Amino acid sequence: MKADITIDCIGLYCPMPIVNTARQMKAMQPGQVLEVVADDEGIKQDMPNWAKMTGNEFLGIEEEDGRYRVFVRKG
Amino acid sequence: MAEKEKMTLVLFSGEMDRALAAFNIALGGAASGMDVTIFFTFWGLNVIKKNEGGIKSKGVMRNMLNLMNRGGAKRLPLSKFHMMGMGKAMMQGLMDDINFPQVDELMVMAGELGVKFIACTTTMGMMGIGKDAFISGVDSYAGVATYIAEARRSSINLFI
Repeated sequence: MKADITIDCIGLYCPMPIVNTARQMKAMQPGQVLEVVADDEGIKQDMPNWAKMTGNEFLGIEEEDGRYRVFVRKG
Repeated sequence: MAEKEKMTLVLFSGEMDRALAAFNIALGGAASGMDVTIFFTFWGLNVIKKNEGGIKSKGVMRNMLNLMNRGGAKRLPLSKFHMMGMGKAMMQGLMDDINFPQVDELMVMAGELGVKFIACTTTMGMMGIGKDAFISGVDSYAGVATYIAEARRSSINLFI
């Protein structure tokens, strides 16, 4: 999946990946895709839930060697 | 646009671990688009006291209390295993290990995300402390009616 912007949340735990995602999203245009790279497993459930609450679209998650690449489209 | 969902937290406790939980939830709410208000009352006021300088108050009893109960986000004890500060230092080390922010850093982030800080004026009166004891991030000073007005319209309401 291709993203417009990628943020690195490796080594960060809840709530930081969500906080950083919310901050980054504010600076983006509707339709743009954000990729969040993280290694806190909580993000697997947190990001879909966050997207649902905030009117953004959760596009999917790619898991590889304990790293998660999460894609969200700004609504 | 529909009114934003609201979250109201009462932070009654003045310990580092409880404050961490409160700010963690507050940040999660704010990042999820909620209007978040934290009421700091009783020992919770210690969390929003300035770290620097002394706390001015009137009378022997209150001076003694404020000496023993200095407060400030950097001085909060752990609720368990504090061990004269050794346990707290170890816990902070563990937090650093996982890049987890300290209470004062979480507070700055909360302010940036629009979390409102309200200090309880009854506790301030009882403990004899004025607004000059607090950090500039405190948005207002109020009582229970303000809490009720916020809490009754909040879908998340916690007492910590």
